[in-house]
Amino acid sequence: MRMTKEVIPNVICTFCGATCDDLQVTVENGKVQSSRSGCAISLAKLMEYNRDRHLTPLMKKNGELHEASYQQAVSRAAEILANAKYPILYGWSSTSCEATKVGIELTEWVGGVIDNTTTVCHGPTLLGVHDIGEVSCTFGEVRQRADLIVYWGSNPIHSHPHHMQRLAIRKGRFRGGRKDRKIVVVDVRKTDTAKLADHFLQITPNGDYDLLCAFRMAVRGDELEQDVIAGVPADKIEEIADLMVSCEFGILFFGVGLTMTSGKHRNIDVALSLVRDLNARTKFLIMPMRGWYNVAGANQVTAWVTGFPYAVDLSQGYPRYNPGDTTVIDILSRGDSDAALVVASDPVSNFPVEATRRLAQIPIVTIDPRPSATGLISEVVFPSAIVGIETGGSIYRMDGVALKTKPVVPPPPGIRPDVEILRDILREVKKLKGGQTLE
Amino acid sequence: MSELAIRNGIVFDPLNGIEGEKLDIYIKDGKIVKNVGASATVIDASGMMVMPGGVDIHSHIAGSKVNAGRILRPEDHEKDVETRTSLTRAGTGKSIPSTFTTGYRYARMGYTTVFEPATPLMKTRHTHEELDDTPIVDKGCFPLFGNDWRTLEYLAQGRVEECAAYVSWMLRATKGYAIKVVNPGGVEAWRWGRYITGLKDHVPNFDITPKEIVRGICKVNQLLKLPHTIHVHTNDLAKIGNYETTIATMDSVRDLAHDNKPIIHITHVQFTGRSGSAWHNIGSGAPEIGDYVNKHDHVTVDLGQVVFMDTTTMTADGGFQYMLYQLSGNKWMNFDVEVETGAGVVPYKYRRNNYVNAIQWGIGLELALLVKDPWRVYLTTDHPNGGTFTKYPKIIAWLMSKKAREKSVGRINKTAQKKLDLPGIDREYSFPEIVIITRAGTAKALGLRQKGHLGIGADADVSIYNLDPTKIDPSKDYRLVRKALKRAAFTIKDGRIVVKNGEIVEAPLGRTYWVDSKVSESLMKDVESEMRKTFDDYYTVQMDNYAMDDNELANPSRITVKAEV
Amino acid sequence: MLSLRVTLLSGRSLSQARAKVSGKLSDKYARSVAICELDPDDMKSLGISPDQKIKVSTSTGSVVVRAVASSQAPHRGVAFIPYGPWANMVLSSETQGTGMPTFKGVEAEVTPAPNEEVLDLPHLVAEMTRRT
Repeated sequence: MRMTKEVIPNVICTFCGATCDDLQVTVENGKVQSSRSGCAISLAKLMEYNRDRHLTPLMKKNGELHEASYQQAVSRAAEILANAKYPILYGWSSTSCEATKVGIELTEWVGGVIDNTTTVCHGPTLLGVHDIGEVSCTFGEVRQRADLIVYWGSNPIHSHPHHMQRLAIRKGRFRGGRKDRKIVVVDVRKTDTAKLADHFLQITPNGDYDLLCAFRMAVRGDELEQDVIAGVPADKIEEIADLMVSCEFGILFFGVGLTMTSGKHRNIDVALSLVRDLNARTKFLIMPMRGWYNVAGANQVTAWVTGFPYAVDLSQGYPRYNPGDTTVIDILSRGDSDAALVVASDPVSNFPVEATRRLAQIPIVTIDPRPSATGLISEVVFPSAIVGIETGGSIYRMDGVALKTKPVVPPPPGIRPDVEILRDILREVKKLKGGQTLE
Repeated sequence: MSELAIRNGIVFDPLNGIEGEKLDIYIKDGKIVKNVGASATVIDASGMMVMPGGVDIHSHIAGSKVNAGRILRPEDHEKDVETRTSLTRAGTGKSIPSTFTTGYRYARMGYTTVFEPATPLMKTRHTHEELDDTPIVDKGCFPLFGNDWRTLEYLAQGRVEECAAYVSWMLRATKGYAIKVVNPGGVEAWRWGRYITGLKDHVPNFDITPKEIVRGICKVNQLLKLPHTIHVHTNDLAKIGNYETTIATMDSVRDLAHDNKPIIHITHVQFTGRSGSAWHNIGSGAPEIGDYVNKHDHVTVDLGQVVFMDTTTMTADGGFQYMLYQLSGNKWMNFDVEVETGAGVVPYKYRRNNYVNAIQWGIGLELALLVKDPWRVYLTTDHPNGGTFTKYPKIIAWLMSKKAREKSVGRINKTAQKKLDLPGIDREYSFPEIVIITRAGTAKALGLRQKGHLGIGADADVSIYNLDPTKIDPSKDYRLVRKALKRAAFTIKDGRIVVKNGEIVEAPLGRTYWVDSKVSESLMKDVESEMRKTFDDYYTVQMDNYAMDDNELANPSRITVKAEV
Repeated sequence: MLSLRVTLLSGRSLSQARAKVSGKLSDKYARSVAICELDPDDMKSLGISPDQKIKVSTSTGSVVVRAVASSQAPHRGVAFIPYGPWANMVLSSETQGTGMPTFKGVEAEVTPAPNEEVLDLPHLVAEMTRRT
C-alpha cells in the first residue's frame, strides 16, 4: 500500500465510454487525495467513491437486510441462482471483462440469460449493425484527420465531457485544432454541446428517421421536395449535406437520442446507411457514443464467447439470441424470470417502472461497489472493489481499444473484486449442480 | 498420465525422413522420448496414421476484426451451435466460430497449433484476450506493421536499425510472434478513402513506396533474427489481374536472401494470383507464380484456397473490403486504426457457377499442384476468407485425388472449366506431402523447432487418424481420406489425450508464443525516447498504457533471440 | 387547471452523473434527478417558477418532481427528466419487439402540483415495487 504521497500518472478513468487514460491521481495512506486532467465526473468519482460503502455482505432475513459473512452470502447466492429455472444475469458494463467472462460461464451453469446495459442503451445500434454493418475507426483517426464532426442525438459536454477536447478540438497531424474542423450538432434542445457548434440543427422529437432519410437523399443529389423536414429547413439540410460530401474526413458521433426514440434500430439503420453512402464521395465514418466505460467490453467478451453481443439465452445449453425475446426488459415484462444476478448496475433506478415491478418480485443477488436502489430490494448484496480505483481489469473504450486498468489504492478490508466473488459463486453453483449436464 | 505409448501406428514424420513406417512413438512429460516404462498408457494405433499435430500458419480466429465479424453476422451462428457439456463450453459457428468452439474444432481435426495472422498493434491486447479463451491449441499472432506511421517514417529515412529497435519494442509490447505486412502503404491511403496501385506508387503524405516498405521490413526482420520470415499480403488485392504484383513483391527482396533460406512468405496467394484485365476474362496466374516459386527458394507461400460456401471475408486491407461491398452489395464493417492499420469485414458466398469464383477456386489448387517443393507451400483457406478451416479435409482430398478434382471441376462454371489449367494437371499429393503442407512445413516456416515433427525432444502434439495408408489408395478412396481427417481418432497435446474419436475428452489451455528480440540497450533507449514524442503527437492512448505486461497472458511462452543490432 | 402537453426525454446530465458517483442513495442524487427541465417560456405559460412542484403524466403513470428552468433552451414543448427512478415512473416497458424501451420522445402532460410531495428514494422504490 502506498503510504507516502505519490502521484500516479496515466490512470485510466472508469466512468464513461471515452475512458480517458491521462488522469494524474495523488494518493496517500491508501486514499485518493486529488486528481488532475480528468473531467468533473471523473473527479467526483475519484473523490467520493468511498462514501456509504457496505463493508460486509448483506442478506435478507425477515424482510430486512442484515450483515452476513462472505461464505453465507456466497452459499445463498449460489442457491438462489442454481435453483432458478430462468435466471437473468445483468449489468456487466461497469466491471471488468474478466468478471464478464466468469458471468457467462455462470450463466451456462445456471441455464439463464446474460444481458448487459446495451439492452437499454445501444441495443438498437447493434440491431442496425447486424443489417448494415458499420464504417468506423479508433479515436485517433478523428484527432489526426477529421475536418467535419457531427454529433447527432448526443450531448457529450454532459455525457462524455472530455470527448470534444480530446478529439474535435485537439491538434492532429493533419489538422491544426478547432479552427481546422467544422462541428455540427443535431438535437431537440440547444444543448451545451450545440452551443459549441458551427451549425446547430434543432430537430423535432422523434424526427430523426425523417431527417436522416433527407440527408441520404441530399447526399445522393436527390431533390428534397418538402420545405421543412423534422423541423429543419430543406436549405439547411442541403447546406450540411454539402459540407458532408465536400469534407476530407467526416465522422458522425451519435447517441441514444437515436436509439431511444421511435424508430429505434431503424434510425440507426438509416444513419449507418447514410455514412456508408457517403463513402462513395469521401471518407466518412460513424461511431456510437457508448455510455459506460466497459459496455463495449461486455459486448466484445459476450460476442467472442457466445457469438452474440448481448441478450444471450443459455438456458438450452447453447447460445440463443433474439432481441425482443431474450432481452431482459421483455423477459421481465413477461414475468418469465425467477431470479436475478445484478453486477455493477442499478436496474431499479434505470429500468422503466413495470420492468422494475417484476424485478422486485424475484430474488435478486446484487454485486456492486456502492449502495443502490437495486441493493435495497435484494436478497443478497455483495460490496465489491471498484475497477480502475481499487482493482484492475481489462476494459474496452467505446472505439474498441482494450485497456488494462490498475488499482491506485487498495479496497477496504474484506471487499473483493467482482471477478473473485463471481468465481466463488460459480464454484458453489458447480457443487450444487453436481457436474450435471443437459444430456 | 505422464507416459504414453502409441503402438503399431503408421508414422509420418517427414522432417525426420519417416514417410509411412510402422513405428512406436513414446511420450513422457509432454515430450517425445526414446522409450517409456511398462506402466505407460498404451494407444493401439494399428491400422491408423500417426503424424505430428496440425500447425496452421494463417487463420483469422481472434481479435477485433474477427469479433466485428461475429457481431455483424448473428445469422451465421444461429444455424450452427455447440451445446455445452460437462467438459466443454457452449458456443456457435459457422464461418466465424466463437473462441471456445474454435479451439475444440481445431483439436477435433487433429490440429494443435494455430496462428492469428493479422492484429493491429494497438488492439493486440484484444487478440490475446480472445486467444486466451481459445482452448487446447498453442497459438500466437502476427502484429501489423506495413501501414504504421513509425515504420513508414523510419524506412523512408533509411533508418533500418532504429526501425528494428522500434519493431522489437512493439513485438514485446504486443506479445507478437512475427511481422505482418498487409497491402503496404495501401491501408494508409485507404484511411483517406484512397487507393494506391502497384509497388512503385507513393503513399500519400509519406515519402515511401510499397517496394521500399517491403524491402525495409525484410531487412528489419533479418536484423531481429525473428523465427518466421516477414508474412506479406501483397498490394493490389482489388486489382483484377494482380499476379504480377505478387511476383514483383517476391522479387523485390530477392537480393536480400542468402543461404538459400526463405526471407519472405506470401500469404493466401490465391487472392493475389489472378491474371486478366476485366472480371469476365480473369484467369489463373498460378502457372507464373508457381514457376517463380519453383525457381526461387527465398519464397514460401500459403494457398488461401476457396471452398464453395457462404463465408465471411475479413482482412486488414480495408480498401479491398469496400470494393467487395460495392461488388456484392453485402453488409460491410470497416475499422480504421489510428496511426497503424485498418480492417474490413464483408460476408461472401463463393458459387460454383460464378465464373470469377470458379477461377479463384482453381487458382489455389493449381498453385499447390504446380509448386514442386511441398516445404514451401502450405494449406490454408485464409480462414474464413476462402472458407472455414473445417474444410481442410475436403481440400486435402482435392490435392490427393485427381478424381475428386474432376468431380468438382465438372460442377463449376463451364467457361471457367475451359479457362483453367487445373483439369489437365495429373499430379496427386502423397501422404507425406500432405503432412508437410499442414504441419511439418508450416512449423519449419514459423521457426518452431519443437513442432511439426516427432523427433526426440519435440512437443508431444500428435494426431492419429482412422485411416490405413497401406490399405487405401487416396486417389480412389478420397472420400475415406476426407472422412478420416475430419475427426481425429486421437489428438494428443503436450502428451495428454484431448480428443478421442472426434470428441473432446480434455480441454487444457495451450500456450501463447511470442518473440522477444533483444537489441542493444543504447539503441533501444534512443528509439524509446523518440517513441514518446510520437505517442503524444499521434495517439489517443498514453504510451505507458499501451504495452502489455508479461503477466497479461494466461500461458505465455517467450522465445528470446539476440538481434544483430 | 393549467396543463402543458410536452414530449418527454430522459437522459444524462452532468449533475446527475456527478451526483450518482457521489452516491445513489444520497440527497444530492435525488435532487439531481427528481427534476424536470422545462423551457422557461413553457414554465411561464404554466404559471410555475423554478423549484416548484409539477406532476408529469404519461400513459404509463405519473410522478411529482421539481421544475427547473432549462439552460439548454429553447425547446418549447420538450421536457427533460434525467435518468433515474423518477423518470422511470412514467416510462413504458413496451419494447415493440426490439428489446429497447422508449426512453425519449414520449407524450406527456405537465401540470402544477403544489399540494403533492416529491417522494424520496425509499418511498419511490416502495411505490415502484409494490405488488399490483
